[in-house]
Amino acid sequence: MRARVLVRPKRGILDPQGQAVERALPALGFEGVRNVHIGRLIELDVEDPARLPEMCERLLANPLIEDYEIVGGEG
Amino acid sequence: MKFGVVRFPGSCDDVDALDAATLVGDAVPLWHAERDLKGVEAVVVPGGFSYGDYLRAGAIARFAPVMEDVIEFAHEGGLVLGICNGFQVLCEAGLLPGALLPNASLRFVCRQVELEVLDPDTSFTRACARGQRLSVPVKHTTGRYYSPDPVHALLRYAPGQNPNGSQDDIAGVCNEQGNVFGLMPHPEHAVDPLTGSTDGLRIFESIRAEIDDRVVA
Repeated sequence: MRARVLVRPKRGILDPQGQAVERALPALGFEGVRNVHIGRLIELDVEDPARLPEMCERLLANPLIEDYEIVGGEG
Repeated sequence: MKFGVVRFPGSCDDVDALDAATLVGDAVPLWHAERDLKGVEAVVVPGGFSYGDYLRAGAIARFAPVMEDVIEFAHEGGLVLGICNGFQVLCEAGLLPGALLPNASLRFVCRQVELEVLDPDTSFTRACARGQRLSVPVKHTTGRYYSPDPVHALLRYAPGQNPNGSQDDIAGVCNEQGNVFGLMPHPEHAVDPLTGSTDGLRIFESIRAEIDDRVVA
């Protein structure tokens, strides 16, 4: 199965990348954008999707500083 | 006494760590792919970009074969010092609390900083005095320390000198048992008057003194 894992900084932890992009958008004329956060998308083919949470906990994300979300595959 | 300095693909401060350790004892490199600590009495996990720092700094190195032995060594009370990337590896390995995040400035910082010794009563700081200032360089992009829980900080950046946005100006923390210590600044780069400061030697001298005491005991 093709799976996607979204990893994002935990709420409340300073995200300087998100802040930098948030400041850059108005400079291009894109007003009204807030709460920009930048994370990571991991795509992978897995034989046993049941093991994805464990993969996330142990390697793909650092649960101390990041939240992850497993997004269904496209077959 | 004998230090071991881990060498991962991408380590770059291993040679300076070996040189610094050699000023207070003997030192041998420990190859990442070998499960052999060569009978060393203290392990240094050095700075660099282990395994390219892919995914997160230290995330892949944490699974290197030698790390299984380092983790076992630490659980048995062995002294483990992680410097910069080594600090990141030890956090990822769960030997130290917390994590290192990208600098608040998003920039690589390379400069001499003043550190304050918060606790001189540990295996890694016993050659220092409480409140003593140490002049040691930092050079990193991912050095912003964060922990959701209270931690035992041994060193902090002097007021106004926090280079990375680290929580509570923390520069170095140890585990609850006091035998694993990680810091972002580089004591191994401050051991020769040629580079302006020898304050980094205090960390290596502390480890030496601790091991000498253990042997006598």
